[in-house]
Formats: sequence, C-alpha cells, structure tokens
Amino acid sequence: MRRGSQIPVSLAFLAAAAAAFVLPDWMISLATIAFANGLVVLGLIVMWRAGLVSFGQALYYCVGAYTVALIARWSGLTDALALVLIGGLSAGVVSFVLGFLVARYREIFFAMLSLALSMILYGVLVKTESLGSTDGFSVVIPTFLGYAPHQEQLVLALYWLVLAVCAIAAALIHAYFHSLAGALAVPVRDNEIRLEFLGMSVSRLVHTKLVISGLLAGAGGALAALVVGHVDPNMSYWTTSGEFVFITVLAGAGSVGAAFVGSLVFESIRSLAFAIIPQLWQMLLGSVLLLTILFLPHGLGSLLGRLRRRLGAP
Amino acid sequence: MLTVFAIFADGLVYAAYLFIVAIGLTLIFGVMKILNVAHGSFYTFGAYGAATAVGIYFDRGLPEAGGFLLMILFAMALGLALGLILERGVMRLVYGRDEVVMVLVTYAAFLILEDLVMLVWGPGSYATYQPLLAAGNIEIGELVLSNYDLGLILVAAVLAAASYRGLKFTRYGRLLTAVIFDRETAAAFGIDVKVVYTVTFAIGAMLGALGGAIMAPKISVTLGIGVEVIVLAFAVVAIGGMGSIEGALVGALIVGICRAAAVHLVPQVELFVIYGVMALVLMIRPYGLFVRAQPRKI
Repeated sequence: MRRGSQIPVSLAFLAAAAAAFVLPDWMISLATIAFANGLVVLGLIVMWRAGLVSFGQALYYCVGAYTVALIARWSGLTDALALVLIGGLSAGVVSFVLGFLVARYREIFFAMLSLALSMILYGVLVKTESLGSTDGFSVVIPTFLGYAPHQEQLVLALYWLVLAVCAIAAALIHAYFHSLAGALAVPVRDNEIRLEFLGMSVSRLVHTKLVISGLLAGAGGALAALVVGHVDPNMSYWTTSGEFVFITVLAGAGSVGAAFVGSLVFESIRSLAFAIIPQLWQMLLGSVLLLTILFLPHGLGSLLGRLRRRLGAP
Repeated sequence: MLTVFAIFADGLVYAAYLFIVAIGLTLIFGVMKILNVAHGSFYTFGAYGAATAVGIYFDRGLPEAGGFLLMILFAMALGLALGLILERGVMRLVYGRDEVVMVLVTYAAFLILEDLVMLVWGPGSYATYQPLLAAGNIEIGELVLSNYDLGLILVAAVLAAASYRGLKFTRYGRLLTAVIFDRETAAAFGIDVKVVYTVTFAIGAMLGALGGAIMAPKISVTLGIGVEVIVLAFAVVAIGGMGSIEGALVGALIVGICRAAAVHLVPQVELFVIYGVMALVLMIRPYGLFVRAQPRKI
C-alpha cells in the first residue's frame, strides 16, 4: 500500500460532489443513503482486518439514528452537523462501554454476542410505546448552520453533508490503517499470542477497533436518520446487520474507498432488483453474495487493485 | 401457585420447541463448524411442507393419526432434499474457508431460499390448525393443556434420548464423535469425512424441517417465520455451548422457563429476555455452559 493512494480517493469524492449538478434527484438520494451506509461498512472493515465480523453492527447504527431523532425531538436542536456529531459520539460511548464485554470474544462468538446485544436493543425499542414501538417516529428536517433548505436544496445539502463526513472519515481511517495500531490488525487476526509476547495488548487494540467502528456506525445511522427522515426499530434488527456484513464482503477489506464503492453497488443492485423483480430481490442479493464469495473472495476492492497493478506495471 | 405451574408448563413446552429447532443447528456446528443461517430456511420449508400435507390429508375423513405421520414425513423429506442439494451444491465448495465465510454462504442460501418459498407457496399465509384440534385438550387441576403441546415435549424428549444413544452407542455416532474431536486425525484413521459431512448436514436439515413441521399447527405459516427462529436457535445454542447436544437441551430449558416466567410476570421484557439471558451466560461462561476447553495454538 502506497501512501499516495489517498489522492484518487479524494478526487473520487470531489467528482461525486460535483456530480450532484448533473444527476437526477433519485440518483442523489440513492447515493446519499449508500454513502451513509458506507460509513458503517468502513467500520466493519476496520474490524474485519483484525479477523472480527460483527453481526450486530446495527446496534450502533440504531443508537446513532435514535439519538439524533430524540435529541432533535426533546431539545429542538435542528443543526445537522451538531446532530451527526452527537449521534456518532453517543454510539461511540455505547461501543466503548460494551467493548469491555465484547472485546474478550473472537470469531463466531464475537459475532453472536454482538447479534444478541443488537437484538436486546431491538426488543427494548419495540416494547417502548412512547417511541412509537414498531412504527418508530419521524425526524425533524435539519438545518445547516442556520441555513434551512427545502425540497431539492435539502436533498443536495444532505448529499454534500454525507459526502463531507465520508471524506473526513475516509481520510482518518486511511491514516489509521497506516499507523502502528492499524497495521497491527493483521497480526491480531493471524496470531494473538505472538502479539502479546511482543508486548502489545491485544484486548486494547481490539477495544479501539470496536470504538472506531461504533463511532462510524453511529455517524452512519445519524446521517441515515436525517436523510430518510424516520427511525424505527428495524434499524437494530439482525437483518440490517446482515446487510452491512454483506456489503463488507462485496467490498472487501482491501482499502477505504472499497467501503463506499461496495455500498453504492449494493444500493444500486437493490434498487434495480426492486424495480425489475420486486418479488425476488432477496434471491438476487443472495446470488450476488454467493458468487462474490466463490469467485471474488477479496471483494470488489481487489478488482480495483488488480486494475491499478495492470495500469501501473511497466 | 397456579402461576408457578403455568410458568413451568409453558416453559417446558417452549423449551421443547426450542430444543427441536436448536438440535439440528448444534449438530451441524459441532461436526462441521458451520453456523448454519440456512437452518431458518429448513424450518420454513418444514412448516410449509407440513401445511401442504395437512391441507391435502385432513378434511377427507381419513384417520387422523395418518395425518400427523404424513405431515412429519413430508416435511422431513423436503428437509432431506434441501439439505443434500445445499451441501452437495454449495457448501462443498467452501469447506476449509474461514468459519465466518461459511456463515455468509449459509446467509446467502437463506436469502435465496426465502424467496424460493414465496415462489413455491405464494405470499399468502396457511392455517394448519387441524392437527391441534384433532389432538384435543387435557385438564390437570385448573390448568388446561393441549395434548399437542404434551406431544411436543414427548418428541423433544425422544429426540434428546435418541441423539444421546445414537452418539454414544452406535457405530455412526462413534465415527461422528471422532470427527467432532479432531477432523484430521479421524480422516487419518480412515473415516470418510466427506460422507460424514453430507450425512450430518442432511440430518441437521431434516431436524430443522421437523421443527417447522411440528410448529406449523401452532403458528400461522407465513413468510418470514424463519428469520426469528434463527436468532432464537442461535441464542439457545450459544447458551448451551455450540456443538453440544446436552448444552442445547439445558439452554432450551433455561430459555424456555425464563421466557415463560417473563410472559407471566413481566410481559414487557418478553421480547428480549432470551438475549438478556444469553448475554448474561456468555459473560460468565464465554463459550457457553457445556463446551470443552480449547487448547491454545501458538
């Protein structure tokens, strides 16, 4: 991995931001939600590099979303930046606290415990009548530092907000991957005991990764809540987590950009499937997942790498 | 006092149901180290199969006992076919990959099978109450119990005893135990692990379908019933220790009684008491109640 590989990603983000002037509204909406979910996937990639797969990432997604919705409802705060920040941080705090429990587990047990925790939140939300039970409730229309756009302007403003958050997150995570703590992910996956013998604390490394991915999932959930304008308990259901894991597999853990590319591809496949074969979209998704695992074990990201090598090689 | 009895009776019935659903899952995990998300699909197919069989058989005035038999046989045949297709067609290709990758493969299979159910049986729901009516009720003191529920407990008990006996005292059971302990050594001693895998997966699938068939009369057979079952069965298996049949039994009893107690005493927590118990057990015993300590590999 070269240090300069951040430039294409930045260019891609700028291009995506500029594309808003030519793309139709429905495409922008699709891309907005895809990028917001891409944040969650980025968090999963952080963990996946250390060999951890969470089947309960929807927990933090849901915490972020509900925090935004509740804060806006109770305090009247409508500023999107502040809301997303609070949403992300609250999920980060939750992941920090739960991390003391979850960081002790690996492999399937890690996945299962995360799943159980997210299902507890789901159960609590479904049983809480004051939060709309299974229906959830709607989220305020956000403002941006005093600017209060409507209709098309709102769609655009949210799109750029999501892109900006994603770009910042991508840069930070890229830096993290190249830091010592980030580089130790692969040794954690391969052999923890050796790493302990070298004087590193594996549980602290894993705990850090949990908090990072919690922050990212929380920010993703917060953005999704603002974009969709509605929150409901299904955000914490295990199938939501399953979708995020699905996108992670599709994307591959190779690079930061892969998370967003994977998420875009996933949303496109889903919209396409809904439009063409509404009855069978799960079958299509399942087939894509299966084919990806069988024929593209390192995800779409590996295709990019292969392409880059072919172009770069003399 | 009545509440205590009711909790006990309901808990036992629910535990029986959980055990029947979880035993196939834990068997497949124990032998093959696959956490099989498609187990929910086996359950769904079993339930739909049973609904179809009941729809064909009852209302014709034939003896009722035959209806029960047909319902279960038809569902298990479906499970067998599905298990064989999945194992031979898909799982075989990913043996040896990461455990998590295999979970994802079964998740993909689950997604595909969910829609397949809708293709075959349509989006409507099926009522399959006839066997429940045919079984009738029994009164014990003030408590009214359905004979069908008692039958459920009996089936679970028979399954538990049969799997215990099968694993400990039959030739195939001994081979299976060897594979569970150490796949490579077992293979080195001439056990055909491939065949063991195929047979185990097929048996697990049949057990999943059996769970669906048995539950069909008690629920409305409709789309999406497999989704919840998967996480429930996961919780039971995780509490007991993955791959352990005693564990599945104890896990089912714990979860069953806790849920029944919650339903009767504090109905608000019913939805998440199961996962609460699971998180609690895993905090104390990280790998479940009945699981062998794994040697650390350096």
